[in-house]
Amino acid sequence: MLPEIGQFTLLLAIANAALLGTLPLLGAARGDGRLMTVARPLAAGQFAFVGLAFLCLALAFVDNDFSVAYVANNSNTQLPLWYRITAVWGGHEGSMLLWSLILAGWTLAVALASAALPRELLARVLGVMGLISLGFLLFLQLTSNPFARNLPFFPLDGRDLNPLLQDFGLIVHPPMLYMGYVGFSVAFAFVVAALLSGRLDSAWARWSRPWTTAAWCFLTLGIALGSWWAYYELGWGGWWFWDPVENASFMPWLLGTALIHSLAATEKRGVFRAWTVLLAIATFSLSVLGTFLVRSGVLTSVHAFANDPERGLFILTLLALISGGALTLLVLRAHVIRSEGEFAPLSRESGLLANNLLLVGGCAVVFTGTLFPLAVDVLNLGKLSVGPPYFNTLFVPLALVLLAVLGVGPLLRWKRDSAGRLWRPLAPWLAAAGVLGLTLPSLVGAEFRWLVSLSLALVLWVLFSSLQDLRERLEHRSRPWYSAWHLPRAYKGMLLAHLGLAVTVTGVALTSHYSVERDVRLILEQSVQIGPYRFRLDALENADGPNYTATRARIEVRDGADRIVRLMTPEKRLYTVQQMPMTEVALAPGLLRDLYVALGEPLDQRSWAVRIYYKPFVRWLWLGALLMAAGGLLALLDPRYRLARRRATVAAGGSANVARA
Amino acid sequence: MSRGLKLTLLLALPLAGFLALLGLLWQGLGRDPSLLPSALIDRPLPAFRLAALGEPGRFISQDDLKGKPALLNVWATWCPTCRAEHEMLRSLAAQGVTIYGVNYKDDPTKAVQWLKDLGNPYTLNIDDQSGQLGIDLGVYGAPETFILDARGVIRYRHVGAVDEQVWREVLEPRLKLLQGGQG
Repeated sequence: MLPEIGQFTLLLAIANAALLGTLPLLGAARGDGRLMTVARPLAAGQFAFVGLAFLCLALAFVDNDFSVAYVANNSNTQLPLWYRITAVWGGHEGSMLLWSLILAGWTLAVALASAALPRELLARVLGVMGLISLGFLLFLQLTSNPFARNLPFFPLDGRDLNPLLQDFGLIVHPPMLYMGYVGFSVAFAFVVAALLSGRLDSAWARWSRPWTTAAWCFLTLGIALGSWWAYYELGWGGWWFWDPVENASFMPWLLGTALIHSLAATEKRGVFRAWTVLLAIATFSLSVLGTFLVRSGVLTSVHAFANDPERGLFILTLLALISGGALTLLVLRAHVIRSEGEFAPLSRESGLLANNLLLVGGCAVVFTGTLFPLAVDVLNLGKLSVGPPYFNTLFVPLALVLLAVLGVGPLLRWKRDSAGRLWRPLAPWLAAAGVLGLTLPSLVGAEFRWLVSLSLALVLWVLFSSLQDLRERLEHRSRPWYSAWHLPRAYKGMLLAHLGLAVTVTGVALTSHYSVERDVRLILEQSVQIGPYRFRLDALENADGPNYTATRARIEVRDGADRIVRLMTPEKRLYTVQQMPMTEVALAPGLLRDLYVALGEPLDQRSWAVRIYYKPFVRWLWLGALLMAAGGLLALLDPRYRLARRRATVAAGGSANVARA
Repeated sequence: MSRGLKLTLLLALPLAGFLALLGLLWQGLGRDPSLLPSALIDRPLPAFRLAALGEPGRFISQDDLKGKPALLNVWATWCPTCRAEHEMLRSLAAQGVTIYGVNYKDDPTKAVQWLKDLGNPYTLNIDDQSGQLGIDLGVYGAPETFILDARGVIRYRHVGAVDEQVWREVLEPRLKLLQGGQG
């Protein structure tokens, strides 16, 4: 019965989306107030219906209702309750339902938070989001119905959730990622609404900014979670594989980052309007394209869903309608776009332009690498795959130039700046960053690698120039610490996000170049040197458990100064009933390095084969991403967005009065 | 040309690019990306030295796979298709076909358990947790199956599951040819 209710509410959601996607847009076009006012209640209905459908599917999982094909394919009676609930998004159908639920959630959030927007604009924004909802719900219903039954012969037990998905990282990763992907639909809807109205002033840029930043925060966390999961679950040492599916999430992130910056320029100075509009369309388009790539079967990947050309064709049609429609509208409305501000070659505007060109360039590199195999195939030029060397060769230089620009960008003044003004305070910092970058690795006894030194120098350059900027801002304040605390949140958020990027780059550079992974022979009471640590096999002891026999090694880890830093106790167990050997690894995570020891096989009475990894600064990768997301959150909380909303209320109220008069 | 017209033409470019992309994706839909030949065909297996699965003290190198024509199968427990082809691999092993395994980006504990549960068709199993050998082999996803000749030279690459038909029509004739050449 429950699956039928779910199916029914899904149909109601489709009908509701059809109304939401038409009535308010019609109302806005005709100036019909009654049609426009239905937008907000319909947005609430959208969330309620999709939410109910989602709840019904979740209950089918909780009840182990294997007459539902999707449940039978993705769950099992042995699966703990917690995993049965999260298995709802473990496969294609359920994850698309989650996608739709999140879209309905963003739609509701816009309806709730934007009460102060001009009526036409809000009606159009919600209408566009309703149309997108309609497309994806139809996709769900027509090609991937999660409520399809296995009647009359249904299995007694399910096929179980892919064991790889039975893990915390992978439970949180997809919802975060979808929050990001789908969140970009808000900026997209604002752009389309502004294009429809023919008024592309700075207002839509201001209204889009907090939504774009929020989506970007989620996407940042989602990508970081995926990478962290790959690191601890898929195979030690790897944290990014340039896999097509990873790229599919990375491309919208790069463009979303560019969008955040160009929105700032468009809002504050009225420049780059056409460009910003294009970026907003492209960012959401790449999110949909990512969905297409993962689910259509055009590219192979380690984590592609079960592929189906019919589904692929449907998403491709959606992509054509969503992005093709918006791009066509943009061409038709090109004449209303007017950029206002003029700016000199050296100015905040040109800095943001450089940021955008580099990020879009990086995105183009990833895009080309991901789709090149397909293009070569379609053009009958043979078959090939593009590997990490391509991506690393092209992407790393762009990222480093981006850091170089990032160092000076925030210090630039709008409109016009002079090189002399910048050069004097920054030159010593630049020199210090260069010298420290070159010498730091040698100072701590690491091998000299020019790429590491260059990366470190640029990271320090970003750090120092941020400090310099902070100093200039606080120079004439009587209580600098108090003033620093009370700087605008948007500014503090920007600093935090920029430093987060620097932290991530530090992690990438150091762990890529200085990791050591070794399989060694460890003899009792002897030690080996791995990286800066000495691992000494102190003792081998029995550590039998209730249903296994085990050998436990006590391995003492000492640092360069011969201090004991850690006692690691990896075990090798043999489960007696099944004669099943198991390796219990010892892991020492740390801010500056991860250590990992796994026992292999005994070579004789006194020696074992042991696998030891030393991964310096690997945690910084994800720490940086956390800082970036925190920076985004801080910027979101800036009161100026609320102030802007209040001002919009006043303006809207004012014009209404005029109209009435 | 007026400024407005120029911008219109400029903004038509992304639309044109997008339409080209749509065409590309549409063309790509019907195709099977698993038909990837390998740049390594007729080249010796890349050099490697990796632990044997489930016995980290023992190491396998490219030299251990020489001696007779064999299949090299890239698999993982996270790959549902690998489970689908597993039964086929077991029956091939029972017929005397030598199959080497590359356990690709996997958790060795789970992999060992899998072989315990489903049977082990592999003569040797290479533990490629880091995906290092997979990258050298140009592995795009699992499963993939390579044909090696007696000198350890890669002679063929098959992407996707090995089933009865693939074996009969694709792999067996090629393997027979190599065995014939040897004997």
